[in-house]
Amino acid sequence: MTTGYDEATEGKVYSVGGADWDEVVTAGVRDSEAERLVVNMGPQHPSTHGVLRLVLTLDGETVTEARGVIGYLHTGIEKNMEYRTWTQGTTFVTRMDYLSPIFNETAYCLGVEKLLGIEDRIPDRAQAIRVMMMELNRISSHLVAMGTFGMELGATTPFLFGYRDREMIMDLFEYITGLRMNHAYIRPGGVSVDLPAGAVDKVGEFLKEMPKRIKDIRKLLDANPVYLSRTRDVAYLDLTGCMALGITGPILRAAGLPWDLRKSQPYCGYETYEFEVATERGCDVYSRYLVRMREMEESLKIVEQALDRIAGPLKGDPVMIEDKKIGWPAQLALGPDGFGNSPDHIAHIMGSSMEALIHHFKLVTEGFRVPAGQAYASIESPKGELGAHVVSDGGTRPYRVHFREPSFCNLQGFPAMAEGGQVADVIAAVASIDPVMGGVDR
Amino acid sequence: MTSPDNLPEVPGAEVPATPEVPEAPIARRGMFGAADSGDTSGYGGLVVRRAPQLSSPRPYGGYFDELVDTLESAVDGAIERVVVDRGELTLHVKRERLLEVAQKLRDDPALRFELSLGVSGVHYPHLAGEELHAVYHLCSITHNRRVRVEVSCPDSDPHIPSTVGVYPGHDWHERETYDFFGIVFDGHPALTRIMMPDDWDGHPQRKDYPLGGIPVEYRGAKVPAPDQRRAYQ
Repeated sequence: MTTGYDEATEGKVYSVGGADWDEVVTAGVRDSEAERLVVNMGPQHPSTHGVLRLVLTLDGETVTEARGVIGYLHTGIEKNMEYRTWTQGTTFVTRMDYLSPIFNETAYCLGVEKLLGIEDRIPDRAQAIRVMMMELNRISSHLVAMGTFGMELGATTPFLFGYRDREMIMDLFEYITGLRMNHAYIRPGGVSVDLPAGAVDKVGEFLKEMPKRIKDIRKLLDANPVYLSRTRDVAYLDLTGCMALGITGPILRAAGLPWDLRKSQPYCGYETYEFEVATERGCDVYSRYLVRMREMEESLKIVEQALDRIAGPLKGDPVMIEDKKIGWPAQLALGPDGFGNSPDHIAHIMGSSMEALIHHFKLVTEGFRVPAGQAYASIESPKGELGAHVVSDGGTRPYRVHFREPSFCNLQGFPAMAEGGQVADVIAAVASIDPVMGGVDR
Repeated sequence: MTSPDNLPEVPGAEVPATPEVPEAPIARRGMFGAADSGDTSGYGGLVVRRAPQLSSPRPYGGYFDELVDTLESAVDGAIERVVVDRGELTLHVKRERLLEVAQKLRDDPALRFELSLGVSGVHYPHLAGEELHAVYHLCSITHNRRVRVEVSCPDSDPHIPSTVGVYPGHDWHERETYDFFGIVFDGHPALTRIMMPDDWDGHPQRKDYPLGGIPVEYRGAKVPAPDQRRAYQ
């Protein structure tokens, strides 16, 4: 690498040291014939949602060219999983899109279950718990999207509201899984542990409180003239553009297409829940906001239905597949550290059955074998279609796992939304995509 | 009952091969992956063979027959192999015909796979002549169907035509697959690395690329790096 640069090939380069912006712009405009300015936004910028770098070519206030640069948060999750067992994989995928961990785990586990051929043997209670957790997670993810969005456009109240309300869901997650984030709660074959005592009541309280909170945010933003002028007809991307670029999720539904995998290709028993797919026709930032708000309201309906089943007909059912070759012990008692053991299981393997001890040891250290082949499982995450392409060579570890991350695909649409618009609208465009860099870079 | 997969290998003795199943190459020997100590378990002689390459016979079931028929009449001879496994249809396509197939899959009214879910790479170092695979997952919103298209290329000539012209959303996906596997997508507008730094050596997701990592010391004990640990396979 050379430290200097060649003015003949790169043109005049200015170094910005801070507080000298005016001088640079004046000098740049004076020296340049095209009056074109290339501005580097990020990778460290509060409104770029993590370490996202945007390279903008400006003509005055108009963005003529916009390019996204990613890879600053690449952590090699897909490679690392090839050196761990199938069950350990959940602890990796949960860290990808850290705002929707439950979805990452579910997509991965559905892929593994498809490879194992055990989709029909997952207990109904486990599926209902998965659905409930996913929908709670959808609300928390959308709340962060709304909150940061408000802040990026200069309003701090939606941010405080969003994070305050999300905290209720974080508390629920902590109570149920032991952790606020990175749960590794959904496992191949079911979920890691049944709901603790009192969880149903806590979720019930949340269901009473949350509609009011969503209404508060809607009162704040729905008809706010400043918000409307910043979001209406901004970052326009129509259905044709979405299709060509492979964009899914709220952006696609804001372009008028009611495409939601929960309806069109149901998984985890979504076909048995009643809810509606939110769509708008505006193709702009405001429509995406409305779609997300309505999705939160629909999610509440699903949580309510799932909770009724968990507390009612499915009470006391197992939450892990009955197959002892795959299912880990799932009837755990909560310990003081948030995690816990299963006292009955320990008494059994340590006290009464040598074979059970060997079996447990092999299942936990060696893991289970997955028949060779490949499968693709996809679910509707808050950001769009989250797909897991899982390949096995018949061993105890994944041969290859690839995630079709919605943030990654949707972020590709950013130049199409931002080019030709104003610099200030770039922020609105990125915020309406709601990318999470942990998911984009994996 | 024993299956050919886990018969113990007796030195000197002929293991009778099942007539209809050809002997697949050996994937690994032994059972517990332990190479650092003697075999005390007695299972060290186990032979695990690779799963055979699948090729499904007709009928494929569901909408798969109709889909393959339509595509085959449009692009005669471009499909090498059809695999129906776990309810999913995989079309192995010749790489020189990929563009044609993608175009038909997208535009033919009976197919209409208008949404592509990206490109994923897989490295199979044991498959001589087709080590690198690019896997495309396509979805038809019109017909609510899915199909997987798989293209392979040899390690010595890692070139696959770029499909960005048909599915513009493949731009970043092909860059990612190039970055991680070294597959060169000919015709891509700007095939550069996307995740790794531009001056990075090697392609990290390939099987011959080590995971890396350093041993962790904790209270005097040393835990080797993840890819160096004793592992059960």
